Amino acid sequence: MSGNEAPKRPKLILAGNGMAGVGTLEQILKLTGAYDITVYGAEPHPNYNRIQLSYVLEGSKTFDEIVLNDRDWYREHGIRLHTGTKVTRIDTESKKVITETGDAESYDKLIIATGSKPFFLPVPGHDKNGVIGFRDIADCETMIAASRTKKKAAVIGGGLLGLEAAKGLVQLGMETTVVHLFESLMERQLDEVSAGMLKAELERQGIQFAMGKKTVELTGGAEVEGLRFEDGTELPADLVVMAAGIVPNTDVAKASGIDCRRGIVVDDYMRTSAPDVYAVGECCEHRGVCYGLVAPLFEQGGVLAHEIAGLDPAPYMGSSVATKLKISGVDVFSGGVYAETAEHRVLRNHDDWRGTYKKVLLKDGRIVGAVLYGDVTDSSVLTRLVRDQAVMTDELYGQLFGRGGCCSEGKASIGVEAMADDEIVCGCNGVAKGTIVQGIREQGWSTVEQIKVCTGATRSCGGCKPMVEQLLQLTLGDSYDGTAAAKAGICGCTSLSRDEIVASIQEMGLASVREVMNVLGWSQPEGCSKCRPAINYYLGMLRPLEHRDEKDSRFVNERLHANIQKDSTFSVIPRMYGGVTSPEELRKIADIADKYAVKMVKVTGGQRLDLLGVKKEDLPSIWADLGMPSGYGYAKALRTVKTCVGSRFCRFGTQDSIAMGIDLERRFERLWMPAKFKMAVNGCPRNCAESGIKDLGIIGNDGGWEVFVGGNGGIKLRAGDSLCKVKTDEELVLICSGFIQYYRETANYGERTSEWVERIGLETIRQAIVEDKDNCAALAARVEQALAALHDPWQEAVENGELRRQLYEPVQAGATNE
Amino acid sequence: MNGTNSSAIMLDAGKPDEYPIGLGREVRAGSLSVAVFRASGGRWYALENKTPHAKGGSLAEAIVSGDYLYCPVRDLKIALGSGEVQAPDTGQVRTFDIRVEDNRVRISIPKQS
Ligand code: SRM
Ligand SMILES: Cc1cc2nc3c(=O)[nH]c(=O)nc-3n(C[C@H](O)[C@H](O)[C@H](O)COP(=O)(O)OP(=O)(O)OC[C@H]3O[C@@H](n4cnc5c(N)ncnc54)[C@H](O)[C@@H]3O)c2cc1C
Ligand code: SF4
Ligand code: FES
Repeated sequence: MSGNEAPKRPKLILAGNGMAGVGTLEQILKLTGAYDITVYGAEPHPNYNRIQLSYVLEGSKTFDEIVLNDRDWYREHGIRLHTGTKVTRIDTESKKVITETGDAESYDKLIIATGSKPFFLPVPGHDKNGVIGFRDIADCETMIAASRTKKKAAVIGGGLLGLEAAKGLVQLGMETTVVHLFESLMERQLDEVSAGMLKAELERQGIQFAMGKKTVELTGGAEVEGLRFEDGTELPADLVVMAAGIVPNTDVAKASGIDCRRGIVVDDYMRTSAPDVYAVGECCEHRGVCYGLVAPLFEQGGVLAHEIAGLDPAPYMGSSVATKLKISGVDVFSGGVYAETAEHRVLRNHDDWRGTYKKVLLKDGRIVGAVLYGDVTDSSVLTRLVRDQAVMTDELYGQLFGRGGCCSEGKASIGVEAMADDEIVCGCNGVAKGTIVQGIREQGWSTVEQIKVCTGATRSCGGCKPMVEQLLQLTLGDSYDGTAAAKAGICGCTSLSRDEIVASIQEMGLASVREVMNVLGWSQPEGCSKCRPAINYYLGMLRPLEHRDEKDSRFVNERLHANIQKDSTFSVIPRMYGGVTSPEELRKIADIADKYAVKMVKVTGGQRLDLLGVKKEDLPSIWADLGMPSGYGYAKALRTVKTCVGSRFCRFGTQDSIAMGIDLERRFERLWMPAKFKMAVNGCPRNCAESGIKDLGIIGNDGGWEVFVGGNGGIKLRAGDSLCKVKTDEELVLICSGFIQYYRETANYGERTSEWVERIGLETIRQAIVEDKDNCAALAARVEQALAALHDPWQEAVENGELRRQLYEPVQAGATNE
Repeated sequence: MNGTNSSAIMLDAGKPDEYPIGLGREVRAGSLSVAVFRASGGRWYALENKTPHAKGGSLAEAIVSGDYLYCPVRDLKIALGSGEVQAPDTGQVRTFDIRVEDNRVRISIPKQS
């Protein structure tokens, strides 16, 4: 095939390694790989989430946690990254970028994204030591260091940035006063009422305020000692944070003769006055506006990415902005116009008891602004309504303010109807309402599954599924029927339902995944990643003794018996029955962690240890060294059985929960299930091992055990239902066996017990295993059969050389002399 | 095509029976990692062992269906032959020429400029 050398790629340089610039690069990389990219950033770090500096300051996040693109990301995308390197000038004639070290690098296209700088009040003393801005990680570090030796801080500016800085400083133990020129906080976003509520709450959280104060001088020697105000009063402070505003950073552009006003002037395609030089983010000025929040910057980045990829973007028309304050315990939202004038009609709901405030401003019947305090659940809807200047209707009013009088009680939830077409339904995959509705109308999508395949919505966390279902309902009306949707087949390859497939396997005696797909007329002859693992499970469940597990139909984790990580290393969680270990075992694990240089040893949420970051080819030897069975932490199978201390040690324990937990774990380990399956056993109703949110949770009491089923602590929290009480250990084991097997035989592949219990009903289950004793005994016998056929997969890999080689080891290739 | 194309390196990746049908294997050559698939029906494919997804990940552990793979980390569907990521996702994986000759698996890697 083509051995042609790739033509030299055009060079793209980014000056400014911040959120807007790198955000734009990400979008460009999605659209084209045509550029050879170099990035210069003045800060010594890769791109991080500047917004979350507030969390770093208050100590709730570490710097590593706010990194957005680590150095590997740049490397993986072939981007040359120069951190700690400032660009000083651009030679727009010879198309070269010149750095502070004097290096010159030529470009074909250049993006300036130098952000902004804190605005320092030009008062005498503003350059003293101890006076800083709040813009980057260095500022955070300065503040954190200062808090160790200094006591009193003053923050100049009562806006978003100033308040977040003040909160952080209070958290760091400093006595902190916010100095504000106006009488009302966040005066550019909030009206007086909400600002008053905000101030009262922040005072409660320990921030002090000096309102209506104009700073005229910073006093002290080399170090700052205080502020002097216009009215002659003073405030002592040994740290002063300037948070009175930002100024677009136009240094480089100005030094290079590029047109600047307040910011670098750009047109609707983010082009500056110099050819092939673009600007994006806080440093630029578009139609006279410089923005200071990220949402507009990402919109700009989208336009610019298309422009650079040569894809004719729609012009950028400017953004409407909305604000939220990120201080815990304080929910504030504001969008559009907040201050009412005679031309506005005002809808207001102020509840001093609950501490909530909601105001919507109408102009000529259209929504032009909104303020929320205390309860900001409607903020995303209001952002859209304000942006679109939506007409207020009775219905919208009902949704926003409730029909039933003054209180929010009667409020209908704002469902998908109220969402704008471009509002995001699936946050994980960025799918907008309009895309889904259009597909339903024009492509005839009629199931969640089809929408998943075509758009990706619901594919990741699944949290958006209810909204997608509502959209189907809304768009298709009566013709949408959730049960018919289930009939649409288990995946895009077939129109057969789970029950039909299982029945066919039984009736026709189908024996392999391939046979099932052939005989039942799969549209994609070799199936997909949804149906293949499902069929493999059904085959194994129906014929435990005959079926040979088909590795090529297994998802990677269940094929390799380890959990794949984002960097394609794996994790190893050995069984630690009932969460009980020993010094000897711990020593062994520690030695092995050293020997294989695992990246982390972590205590899991399931009461055992996880060795993270193991190379695939090391897995079999690590397992051999451990000599412990697989914990199946990666599988649709029994995961952990958590136990509490119980009667062996605990003064409240009524049952030996540890012994029972270990016994159950040994009994049911390795058993394949429709979905992951978690258990817990507790010694008394205090429930320290959380039986209430387990697939099967057991709680001891004085007279025996109580069994809870269908609990889930994951995406959709569900408390387990009490299935029954039993008196003896034998009865308990029998009920567990019956329950597990009934679930294995009737659940859809991928369906957790929490969903299954709701689908088939608790009463049906109780009837099948508690009332019908014979049936329960038969179920228990079948589970024994299934268990008998299973072996520890780690041991198998250790013993079987061919398996080990083919599944775990890479082929080392040599070059041939041709 | 013969192997004399000087702008490509020919890799010897062992015997065909080292490759289980329907599964992928990683072939390493220096710093390059190639995911080799022996699909049912005897077709061979070689792709760079790296998803085009921004957050990274390998491909050799994929589920293979016909001439497509489903990537192990995010379930992207990718055409084995062209390396093209299928809708709704987008992206492109590098692919390499692969063939079996004299009972050896050979992969041709264009020399990088
Ligand atoms: C290791 C562990 C986190 C930890 O360090 O504590 C963990 C790690 C993962 N969990 Fe979990 N879960 C872990 C305990 C839990 C728990 C707590 C528990 O079991 O008590 C829950 C909530 C309880 C529950 O499931 O009801 C939990 C609910 C989830 C969910 C949501 C499941 C749901 O039905 O809602 C997922 C996503 C899924 O399964 O689709 C998930 C998925 C995952 C996966 C496997 C994601 C994946 O597929 O790669 C994570 C692997 C991380 C990695 O890179 O290796 N993990 N996960 C815990 C392993 C426990 C163990 O010893 O086996
Ligand atoms: C504490 C804090 C809290 C915030 N909270 C919010 C919030 O809640 N919501 C919100 O929407 N926005 C918030 N913002 C604003 C948001 O962070 C910015 O809008 C956004 O980071 C701007 O992106 P940018 O790329 O334009 O600039 P930046 O992210 O500042 O990136 C510019 C980068 O360019 C570098 N640079 C400058 N000059 C040069 C040069 N000559 N050569 C090389 N590199 C250079 C800088 O060092 C910097 O790293 C907050 C900001 C701060 C500081
Ligand atoms: S659940 Fe009960 S027995 Fe178990 S540790 Fe807690 S208090 Fe003790
Ligand atoms: S929000 Fe749609 S999958 Fe997570």
